[in-house]
Amino acid sequence: MFRNNYDNDSVTFSPQGRIFQIEYAAEAVKQGSVVVGLVSKTHAVLVAVKRNAEELSSYQKKLFAVDEHAGIAIAGLTSDARVLSNFMKQQCLGHRMTYGRSMPLRTLVDLIGEKAQMNTQVYGKRPYGVGLLVAGVDETGPHLFEFQPSGMTEEMSAFAIGARSQMARTYLERNVESFADCSREELVRHGLLALRESLVQDRELTVDNTSIAIVGLEEPADAEKTKKKTLRPFQLLDGQDVKEWIDASNVPAEGEGEQSGDGDRMNVDE
Amino acid sequence: MDHRPQAWGRPRDDVYGAYDASFMNPNGPNQATQSPIVTGTSVVAIKFSEGVVIAADNLASYGSLARFTDVKRLRTFADSTVIGFGGDVSDMQYLDRHLTSLAIDESYSAPSLDSDAGGPPKARLNAANLHKYLAKLLYARRSKFDPLWNHLLVAGLDDDDKPFLAAADLLGTTFSAPSLATGFGSMLAQPIMRRFAPDEEAAARLTREQAVDVVKQCMKVLFYRDARSLDSYSIAVVTKDGVDLKENEKLENQSWAFAERIRGYGTQTA
Repeated sequence: MFRNNYDNDSVTFSPQGRIFQIEYAAEAVKQGSVVVGLVSKTHAVLVAVKRNAEELSSYQKKLFAVDEHAGIAIAGLTSDARVLSNFMKQQCLGHRMTYGRSMPLRTLVDLIGEKAQMNTQVYGKRPYGVGLLVAGVDETGPHLFEFQPSGMTEEMSAFAIGARSQMARTYLERNVESFADCSREELVRHGLLALRESLVQDRELTVDNTSIAIVGLEEPADAEKTKKKTLRPFQLLDGQDVKEWIDASNVPAEGEGEQSGDGDRMNVDE
Repeated sequence: MDHRPQAWGRPRDDVYGAYDASFMNPNGPNQATQSPIVTGTSVVAIKFSEGVVIAADNLASYGSLARFTDVKRLRTFADSTVIGFGGDVSDMQYLDRHLTSLAIDESYSAPSLDSDAGGPPKARLNAANLHKYLAKLLYARRSKFDPLWNHLLVAGLDDDDKPFLAAADLLGTTFSAPSLATGFGSMLAQPIMRRFAPDEEAAARLTREQAVDVVKQCMKVLFYRDARSLDSYSIAVVTKDGVDLKENEKLENQSWAFAERIRGYGTQTA
């Protein structure tokens, strides 16, 4: 029945120095469908594959807006993610109320990191069974953070979590040099291509199973008057809204098209 | 000799008579501050084209007694904001310590800023953020029926690096104008400053030298007519380049000639 004596609670170390409950929680993250996040100098993007429990059911939501300037992508137990998401929403609103500004991303991520760590050190509690990618913009620019059930948080330039996410990470590692200077369109494209790497054989990205979220800094309409870039609020795209993005990721990028001399369809970004 | 722990550190009853322990009695109502004790008088401030000038004298009065003549009532925050304190001096010192810890917390939460720019970290809480925070703090305290007995002026720059000046009082009431004064200054200094900056447009045309002159003139008038004031004062100029704070200025070119002509009260009979 039990694998060993040390996996009954999340506060006891095994003689090897491991806490099994935390490792099991990390396994729950790997069961969730894959989500990818990327940042450039101006934008942060989240993309996700949604799953439906059965043919007749709807697809489970993967991306959530937290505040005007930030949002999350989840992999793992959705109900645990909702607890964290509600907590983050409340903290962001509270910060807006007391300081009149949007909460710095590092501060927000540290809050959930602290909250999750508590569950690994208090008897009778269990770790959250969910991993998050937190994307947003604050006064220091766009950011992407990874959050794990252990309470570990790290800033990333691009990352993927969830089932078969290693394939997506490999794609991101191959292209990471180019992300910083990417436009919004290029960033989403890279995100969808990374997502596609992680799909099982003969599955495709469709309008039903794909979600995209974008947040960033953009030139204001009256660019001459105010030199400062303004926030493009966290925007969630689902259903028909993602069609153009999926279609755009199916054709080779302009630069690559020119290299091959004509409009030949080729395996992009290889 | 009474060796019971209850008697430790107490005046000896056989020498001083029975000890009156009634003040430690936990029964009975709590009493919060009913009035300020040691007080600072007016704070005056005016906006100009690139920033804000703010001043307050260096006196802390105990009733009508000029008790402390070297109390600095202007405080800088993150080298980008100045807060001027009118009202109770002990509450000012409480707020001062509170703001110091707030500044430390803030600079810990922005370590990435130092490394990115290579320079000192940019202030993340600007004057507008700080004013909102202080107003909420004051309102929370008055809602506990234990107010912080201060009237604050916050001078600095807002989100768009425009000059920012606003007040918050012991009730949490906020107010913003091109020129502001607390206490007696609202009656004696405000009309003088309004002659030079009746509205935002006029304030935006003032030069730094003009604004400093107006404030110095106000400090002089306040010393002439406010019996709880001093001729030694602090003055600060806040601009994009930081804070220029001088804490030991003296009023110059005083002329008390007008005093002879004052009739109607005092010792004279005619």
